[in-house]
Amino acid sequence: MAIYKLQINGRSYEVDVEPDTPLLWVLRDNLGLVGAKYGCGIAQCGACTVHVNGNAMRSCVYPVSAASNAKITTIEGLSEDGSHPVQLAWDEVDVAQCGYCQAGQIMTATALLNKNPKPSAEEIDNAMNGNICRCGTYHRIREAVALAATKQK
Amino acid sequence: MPNVTQDSRRNFMKLFAAAGGGLVLGFNTTSSVASALGLIDEAKLPAAAIDFNSYLSISPENIITILSPNPELGQNIKTSFPMIVAEELDADWTKVKVVQAPLDTNKFERQVTGGSGAVPHSWERLRKAGATARHMLVEAAAKRWKVPANSLTTENGTVVHAASGRKLTYGELATEASKVPVPADVKLKDNKDFKLIGTAVRNVDNHEMITGQPLYGLDIYKEGMLYAMIQRPEAFGLKLKSVDAAAAKAMPGIVDVVTFKNNVAVVGKSTWQVMKARKALKISYEQEGALESSADHDRLFKELLKSPEATVRRKDGDVDAAFKKAAKIIESEYQCPFLSHSPMEPMNFFAHVRPDGVELAGPTQTPERARDQVAKLLGIAPESITLELTRLGGGFGRRLSADYVLEAAELSSLVKAPVKVIWSREDDMTGGIYRPAVRYRFEAALDAKGNMIGYKLRGVGINSGNPTREDNFPSGAVENLLIESVEHQSPITTGPWRAPITNFLAYAEQAFLDEIAHAAKKDPVQFRLELLERAKKSPVGEIKYDIDRMRGVIELAAEKSGWGKKKGVAQGFSVYFSHRSYVAQVAEVKLKNAVPVIDKIYAAADCGIVVNLSGAYQQVRGGIVDGLGHAMYSKLSFKGGAPEQQNFNNYRLIRLKEVPEIDVHFVNNGIDPTGLGEPALPPTGGAVANAIFKATGKRLRNQPFVEQPELKNVIG
Repeated sequence: MAIYKLQINGRSYEVDVEPDTPLLWVLRDNLGLVGAKYGCGIAQCGACTVHVNGNAMRSCVYPVSAASNAKITTIEGLSEDGSHPVQLAWDEVDVAQCGYCQAGQIMTATALLNKNPKPSAEEIDNAMNGNICRCGTYHRIREAVALAATKQK
Repeated sequence: MPNVTQDSRRNFMKLFAAAGGGLVLGFNTTSSVASALGLIDEAKLPAAAIDFNSYLSISPENIITILSPNPELGQNIKTSFPMIVAEELDADWTKVKVVQAPLDTNKFERQVTGGSGAVPHSWERLRKAGATARHMLVEAAAKRWKVPANSLTTENGTVVHAASGRKLTYGELATEASKVPVPADVKLKDNKDFKLIGTAVRNVDNHEMITGQPLYGLDIYKEGMLYAMIQRPEAFGLKLKSVDAAAAKAMPGIVDVVTFKNNVAVVGKSTWQVMKARKALKISYEQEGALESSADHDRLFKELLKSPEATVRRKDGDVDAAFKKAAKIIESEYQCPFLSHSPMEPMNFFAHVRPDGVELAGPTQTPERARDQVAKLLGIAPESITLELTRLGGGFGRRLSADYVLEAAELSSLVKAPVKVIWSREDDMTGGIYRPAVRYRFEAALDAKGNMIGYKLRGVGINSGNPTREDNFPSGAVENLLIESVEHQSPITTGPWRAPITNFLAYAEQAFLDEIAHAAKKDPVQFRLELLERAKKSPVGEIKYDIDRMRGVIELAAEKSGWGKKKGVAQGFSVYFSHRSYVAQVAEVKLKNAVPVIDKIYAAADCGIVVNLSGAYQQVRGGIVDGLGHAMYSKLSFKGGAPEQQNFNNYRLIRLKEVPEIDVHFVNNGIDPTGLGEPALPPTGGAVANAIFKATGKRLRNQPFVEQPELKNVIG
């Protein structure tokens, strides 16, 4: 066990965990931030996606020991009230079915739009292809990302 | 409402005025008399008043709370159920608060998600719940204003007296309304007056989902809760022999290692700690059943297709005679692999077994069955168990089984602590209860004019039960028909998988019908319509599908897709009746550099009245994506009793780039809702395979398509 200082959603946290603990489980079990989901544990499905220094990362394989000094954003940190353009687009398009994968989808989409505010359809497809939605809401994901791009300030 | 079923005659009763006033309504399945029960809170309800199955409450502050009793797994029931109540109530939807109800077998009926049955089952009772409350609110306003009730109207959560311009909100009337006698019967709206039903309403949990709030079983944390992961036998046919848990027990955060049945459970203080410690277990197993491989199943299927020991499912006319006089015989075999359900949220459940009762919480499609099985396991009364339903991160039939709930309960009773059992993705994929592997053999006899005079189907499956649906189309349209099945019992566990059996059977049947149409030189749509016409004019045996509804979706899909009128695109057709609804699909394939690419899929669905257009549209599209993805890519195979795929790195699910455009249309026939959770899935594989045939001349008879030699170098 070791103490790690983490910067998450603009706040400082301190956790005492084993160095190899994936960031996902620190968020969920130690900090109660359960927005990032466990789906596969091997970076294949994207349900656990968070931002590390602005990049979309699979938190299920990202050890906490690598997260010190990094700026981490989870879905809880996108906005206080669900008013981030990507969140608004997800609501407006009514994307979710079961909803379990959607936090990861939203975080992947947000990272894309932060880097590329006006992505082409192909760029959206490329960015979102790593996130599995077992319900098959892919059409609405595409639509919501495109809509969010029009809402970005 | 013209047709009154037995359900709709069930009596309503007023239950109690909520604390601080307000109206709470339910409807009773047994009692016809009720009286106002005074100001009590729900927990203190007298036993006599609890016997109802759905309810809504209206607070003086004008908040309308509607309980949604059925498990929500993405079929959107938590939005569509309350919409039905709110419609008849004429509620202001923006003031409706929806709450997931826990399991309550006194209040609710059929708290189940499965069989596409929730809306069909509850349609009338939900409408009556809303209409009864509306009636009482109107009566209360009439009394207050001293005007006839029939001079009042309702809109947007208010009662209006147009003649005087007066208006009161439901909240303002709720306390008085709770004292109005409950009507024995109420008039329901004409469909044409629906304002909310049939519109696109956003998911009531959208805010929680997009902001990452705890909603799912895996998100639950309860005071003092321990985390557990269970090592189950790595192959079907093995049983536990011995365990050396010393190393695992010594690892940080580990509280205990407990063995029960074939399970070795590692219990500790965090998910990661138990996940890691589980890898340190040293377990030996011994064989107790056959260790089957997929190669064994392939051989077995061929034997069973010839076996003299088949169960006859349906027999019309004389098939032997028909095949003897046939001008042409078409034979074909189709096979599907086992599939994992793989909902995005793996299996998990919380249990706290205390001396005075049991607390259960988590994702299940069948809370009542789970509770009853836990009661039996622990030898306690079901009434001493509470079950809180979380939102389900998918289900697809996997959570109809309560195995993981039983694990949590048994483990909690052994460690005497609140515990959550968590399955890893690998546990979820290798832990059993799969869509069974099945092989079908079809034979059709045509006369010289290309009429189908004989039809034979034999289905053989591994723990498949009856892998046929013997009364489905084309049964009833063929004079001589034989449908039979053979089942092989295996240690590999199986269970219902979204659109059980029909998820593959529909593909096989619809692809075979395409083969027959091709052999008979008939247009596939025309061929199906002719068969339906024959079934209508001179039905053979019993017909258990609605010929007109099936024809309706066929014609709508053909119209919307421009069937047979397009150039440069190959179209494939499929239509299927499953559960209570009808869906026809047209898949379009284009050749790009000689590679067939699925370009677009049209769907025409008849599910009766569409409750929520947003949910329904996505339900059809999602069902098609599910059907397409599994037909194209997914397979669970076995070697020595163990699954060869363990996670999404080697078990392929469809991804965003692989979905074609999908265009959905609904038949508008005003029939009461007939369900939509499953029926869009079965037709997809057939439509796609038939379009690929049209484009390439190659028939796909086995799934997944990407592994078929016919397409080895063309799709992937």
